[in-house]
Amino acid sequence: MDLDLILQTFGKLIGGAGTTIALIVPALMLGIVLATVLAVMRMSGNGLLSRLARGYVFVFRGTPLLVQIFLIYFGLGQFSALWKSLGVWDWPMREAFPCAVIAFALNTAAYTSEIIRGGLLAVPFGQIEAARACGMSRLTVFRRITVPIAIRQALPAYGNEVILMVKASSLASIITIMEITGIAKQINSQTFAPFEVFTAAGILYLAMNFVVAMGIRGVEWKLTPHMRRRA
Amino acid sequence: MQGLIDSLKLMSFGEGGWGYQFLLAAGMTILLSTASYIFGLVVGLIAACLKVWGGFVLRGLMEIYTTIIRGVPELLIIYLLFFGNEAAINAILGMMGIVEPFRLNEFVIGVFAVGLISGGYATEVFRGAIQTVPHGQIEAGKAFGMHGFLTFRRIILPQTIRLALPGLGNIWQLILKDTALVSVVGVTELMRISQVAARSTREPFPFYITAAILFLVITTFSTKLFRKAEAHYDRSVRRAS
Repeated sequence: MDLDLILQTFGKLIGGAGTTIALIVPALMLGIVLATVLAVMRMSGNGLLSRLARGYVFVFRGTPLLVQIFLIYFGLGQFSALWKSLGVWDWPMREAFPCAVIAFALNTAAYTSEIIRGGLLAVPFGQIEAARACGMSRLTVFRRITVPIAIRQALPAYGNEVILMVKASSLASIITIMEITGIAKQINSQTFAPFEVFTAAGILYLAMNFVVAMGIRGVEWKLTPHMRRRA
Repeated sequence: MQGLIDSLKLMSFGEGGWGYQFLLAAGMTILLSTASYIFGLVVGLIAACLKVWGGFVLRGLMEIYTTIIRGVPELLIIYLLFFGNEAAINAILGMMGIVEPFRLNEFVIGVFAVGLISGGYATEVFRGAIQTVPHGQIEAGKAFGMHGFLTFRRIILPQTIRLALPGLGNIWQLILKDTALVSVVGVTELMRISQVAARSTREPFPFYITAAILFLVITTFSTKLFRKAEAHYDRSVRRAS
């Protein structure tokens, strides 16, 4: 183990961390929007919509993310004539970066929709009944009672999903994106010091996930003032 | 329409068709997953026991192991073991005075890497299950004069399997999908054969779709098997409904 090399590599990898974050943040935001739509479809009571949402979740959870990335980046690239006629070929269909973001978003949406659904289902019926008895309208009940309780329920699971996303972002390196893992692999092929290089990258990922976990815990603390012990 | 027929021809078993190669690759995916899974279960069970009953040092080491596995990307672990093992093995061989370079087979590295990943997750599942076994039962075992290992084998382990099965089913799904990553080190499983076929025919779409469908078939089928196993181990438990 060459400690100097680890530190040196670390400095170079920090630059890649920016790319990793640039991949994750839009993917998570798109993912949450899509997941909400899916969860609403799933719980709508409409047979067709609910079945569509279930099918979506089944397909995206049942296949490897790498297959999804390749299908979107290389697979859909096969129909370049169609994309050119639609005017989406130069961006995003030909570029690796937006393709990776789309693949991550579609993938995380499947998992997140189940988390949202679980959160909504966990809201005790008595709470909703009580709110109705207080004379709140359906929308007010949803906004004031259902959503806050559901968010509290879903938050720990969503935190895990964010960590999984941080880890999954390393797959972008396979389609030539130079994020942390991509840079690490490049440095490894120049230095032939796999232990030092990949250890440095691993520490960086661990640190990022630690920050995510702390952040989620902070939000949880903020959202549950009634659970805190009074000073 | 013609396009669809041409695509289907690509997947046929005759001349110019990749059907046979894909079946072989699907077999490789299953073999790789099964081998890594079994390796992971053994690692996980041992690590869980160390986490529950081990001393301060062992417990700390296991904590580090599971934290790394859960916090570091799978791809990075595969790279580390793939690029790192040669350096490590050759360094050890060098110390023994053997200078001939040695290479581990890609399949072995794949199983080792994915096995260690599944082992990290399995540790937590087993630990949770072991700790769910009521303490009174262990005391009762002792009262019957069973020594530590016998209590473990007769009282704890049978219940652990039942309690751990749902979690272990999830790990199997995870592992099945993680084997796709082993394609980067050159094991000819589903992902790899799709890449090879896509490159040589310049028609990536049908092949990646086929790979996705085959993965779905394997996951669906194995989910059913796990359901059956769960029902089998649950037969002694009375349900409320």
